[in-house]
Amino acid sequence: MKHKKFNRSTCYKILSVAVITILAFAFAFPLYWIVTGSFKTSAAINATTPQWWPDEWVLENYRKLFSRQYAPLWEIRIPFTEVLFAGPEVPAAIRWLLNTVFMAVAAMLLTCITAAMAGYALAKKRFIGRTLVFSLIVCAMALPKQVILIPLLREMASLELYNTIWAVIFPIVGWPFGVFLMKQFSEGIPGEMMEAAKIDGAGEWKTFYTIALPLIKPGIGALAIFTFINSWNDYFMQLIMLTSTKNLTIPLGIAKLQAENAMDFGLIMAGASLAAIPIIIIFLIFQKYFTKGITMGAVKG
Amino acid sequence: MKKRKIMALALSCLMVLSATGCGNGNNGNASSPAAGSSAAAGSQSSAQASASTPAADGAEITLWTYPIGKWGDAATVDGLIASFNAVHPEIKVTVEYLDYSNGDDQINTAIEGNQAPDIVLEGPERLVANWGARGLMVDLGDLWTDEAKAAIYDSVESACKSNDGVYYEYPLCMTAHTMAINRDIFEAAGALQYIDEANGTWTTENFIKAVKAVYDSGQANVGAVYCNGQGGDQGTRALVNNLYGGTFTNAEHTEYTANSEENIKALQLLLDMEGINYDASIVGGDEINMFCNGTLAMAFCWNVSQEKNNLDKINFDVLPMAFPSTGDPKLCGGIWGFGIFNNGDEAKIAAAKTFIDFMANDEKQAVESVKASNYWPVKDLGNIYEGDELMTEYAKFVPYMGDYYQVVGGWAEARTAWWNMLQQVGSGVDIKTAVEEFVTTSNAAAKGAQ
Amino acid sequence: MAAEKKNPMGKALVRRETMAGYAFMLPSLVFFLGFVIYPMIQCVFTSFFDATMNREDIFIGVANYTELFQDTVFLGALRNTAVIVIVSVPVVCIFSLWVSSVIYDLKGAACSAFRCIFYLPVVTGSVAVTVVWKWMFNNYYGIFNYVGTSTGLLEKNINWLGDEKYALGCIILILLTTSVGQPIVLYVSALNNVDQSLVEAAEVDGATKFQCFWKIKWPQIMPTTLYILVITTINSFQCFALIQLLTSGGPNHSTDTIMYYIYYNAFKLYRYGYGNAMGVVLAVIIAVLSAVQFKLAERD
Repeated sequence: MKHKKFNRSTCYKILSVAVITILAFAFAFPLYWIVTGSFKTSAAINATTPQWWPDEWVLENYRKLFSRQYAPLWEIRIPFTEVLFAGPEVPAAIRWLLNTVFMAVAAMLLTCITAAMAGYALAKKRFIGRTLVFSLIVCAMALPKQVILIPLLREMASLELYNTIWAVIFPIVGWPFGVFLMKQFSEGIPGEMMEAAKIDGAGEWKTFYTIALPLIKPGIGALAIFTFINSWNDYFMQLIMLTSTKNLTIPLGIAKLQAENAMDFGLIMAGASLAAIPIIIIFLIFQKYFTKGITMGAVKG
Repeated sequence: MKKRKIMALALSCLMVLSATGCGNGNNGNASSPAAGSSAAAGSQSSAQASASTPAADGAEITLWTYPIGKWGDAATVDGLIASFNAVHPEIKVTVEYLDYSNGDDQINTAIEGNQAPDIVLEGPERLVANWGARGLMVDLGDLWTDEAKAAIYDSVESACKSNDGVYYEYPLCMTAHTMAINRDIFEAAGALQYIDEANGTWTTENFIKAVKAVYDSGQANVGAVYCNGQGGDQGTRALVNNLYGGTFTNAEHTEYTANSEENIKALQLLLDMEGINYDASIVGGDEINMFCNGTLAMAFCWNVSQEKNNLDKINFDVLPMAFPSTGDPKLCGGIWGFGIFNNGDEAKIAAAKTFIDFMANDEKQAVESVKASNYWPVKDLGNIYEGDELMTEYAKFVPYMGDYYQVVGGWAEARTAWWNMLQQVGSGVDIKTAVEEFVTTSNAAAKGAQ
Repeated sequence: MAAEKKNPMGKALVRRETMAGYAFMLPSLVFFLGFVIYPMIQCVFTSFFDATMNREDIFIGVANYTELFQDTVFLGALRNTAVIVIVSVPVVCIFSLWVSSVIYDLKGAACSAFRCIFYLPVVTGSVAVTVVWKWMFNNYYGIFNYVGTSTGLLEKNINWLGDEKYALGCIILILLTTSVGQPIVLYVSALNNVDQSLVEAAEVDGATKFQCFWKIKWPQIMPTTLYILVITTINSFQCFALIQLLTSGGPNHSTDTIMYYIYYNAFKLYRYGYGNAMGVVLAVIIAVLSAVQFKLAERD
């Protein structure tokens, strides 16, 4: 009887693994279809019988993607002046990629800095209004951004931030999940260590910097990864806030590409590859940290 | 302690900047990156500071174009602007290209974002009936000199002004929207006998027979009543109205009349025809593409420019046709021209007017501007398409042009409701109910606009 | 922390703590108040006005709200949103738990390879994923219709995204593929952290696999489950790119969600006040939901 039971559970296991393997192929398929699609000829793409593996590999779609529109690679304006340094003209898609990286990195850094400080204060400082602030944060955490779309757009317009990448970054930084997460991490900082530092004559900032920060570093890592992916995919804000060709991000650029050439799937797939491949490479390199980051966020959240 | 905090913040800002020094700058009034990352309040003041010092001479204007012929193509427009700058080097023109799927949303968000373009190239249904009616556009009365009024065709002129007589559009070109069939497929199916090839017309009865013949020959997708949304609505409107002689609005352009018997009959006919599908997954642009690559045997969203722009994709004989009708076909016209958004900057408005005047009125340039659109001029410029067979072929449809009713109030809402009505019909909602709902919604919007 | 609580806090200390607390909170508060709370207040405020483009707002009291609950499209959108949440949340949870329970003790790189693949749609990005699905669902060139008709599963092509019967289902399917990545990662690590000695003890006592799972493992991964519930709910509510890029809410409003309908009202119909009223209603619903979830989490 014991033997039979063992058999049954092994059977179940093998069967399940087989089903999951098939599912895994299904999950990887869209990505496969993006990448191979981007190298297919337009005849192959519009054929009623799809080519599972391209008969003929062409760079035509990428050529089209890169020759559509151009934009300067970068533009830096000296604050308070009209002096503007513009980079060389490059295909707009390259600029979009750079915009997206800039946006994601800036949002990540700003979020980590502000959230680490605020989370520490919420966890370790008994200040007046703390409960109120914390309840606000908890309530606002699940709020979808679409809810405040119109007021936010008008606000960005009056701050003259509309159609700049900052209009996308700031709402991400304002989203209070990071603060909440960092509060959970900061709860674990032992009070004794802070007391000891205080006795040694360390000021508030030094206590935070030397005692708290090293302890919550793993949490910051988790938050960084989280914010990076989130902002990379924050299509909605980008759609509302950005209009000029040179200010677009890559997801938005692809969406526009699709609106203009809905049936030119080869071109769209070339764009989608360009949007997906860099972040997938980043993901594969830092895979271990991603997994760790996600898990840690959950344990503490 | 405080100092270090500030230092750290500043450092991190620097890091952000040096990591990728980009992502900043917009049309004219950019915010500074450093101010941006320090705090919202800070960035406000700096942005205002940079905005309050506009270039005194040499205005910078933005032009947003919908894909009107080659006006949606960067290389062509760059050429046009280069010839403008040869005469007016002091005005810098930046161009953005819109599409019909998202273009309206894009302009609407830009308006709310205080960054509406200075000039936009589109037709009266947007420039006059929508943005004009909302008081966002500049009165172009001074461009409409007596000379201009005399030269520009009367029907075009009346479409370019609002009900109270304010001109919000200065027209450049016009066309009659037709439909088209894949002549090769029709020939193979023996359906050419139902068509008056010389005049490009057919009766409703023959249309039914022709579609049946093509469908029976094995072409499962003969035509698609695309209704996902946005753009290309003129094709579906003309189709429905022509089949049994319905109208879209009353003669005074104050009320929608799509709920008439004729229209209901037409919608029912299309629903019942094999080979014609109401397709809520595609938009007009998709239909054009699918016609060009041979998936569909006919296109309802067609005009001469579509054929010109897609020449390299088409490997069959395109036969432009008027919409099938019981009487004389009444084609929807397209009138395109420039409008100026009132952004409150007199210098920019003046520069924008200079630009429009040059593009539409300069003797040599006007011909080039019109030719770029692949449509016909709105005034007599002589035969600008001398020797162009395609243009000559399509020119025969211009006399079929019907009433330009797109200036009726609440147009934007009505268009959205129109798509929804088609979707409802396609998914089996009772046609009478669907059109009644459409008319109610649209008439309410029209009332609201008056 | 405990030590602090016992000490009677002097006024000076309170003041110092408050000062320090807000100093640390300041950068974050600027963004939070500026770009979340302030627009939210604005949103509530304008929801009582008939606001549109380029015109002074007109105060109309609660008219927007009363209209909302008579607007069949809005109610439909509310229903669709609920369907998306109600279908996707349990499916995501159960599916990812099942996958994780199978793969978590696989040897070598297999587990991490599976985890990686299921996470791919998340990193690929919503727009890239959406455009490829749009192609696969396409009526004329899509791979689903090809496979369906050539294997005889489908009699004729189905217009997946253009048919009221299927469109919402298709969208939920795509949403599912982009939602299970994170829960699987979480469950795998949670299952690996289950106290193995308890499991073994139970097995010695003759508990079946199922009992073992239900009585020993399930309580231990409960916090993870709760977290997954929360993030999946938030995710499902926020599904916008899919709708906007695939169906624009059609056909016949069958895929309208509140998210999309707000956008639609704002930028296609110019009804800002009305859109804001919808936003307020949605925010209230979500706030209540997350409050409930937090209460649940606290109790455990």
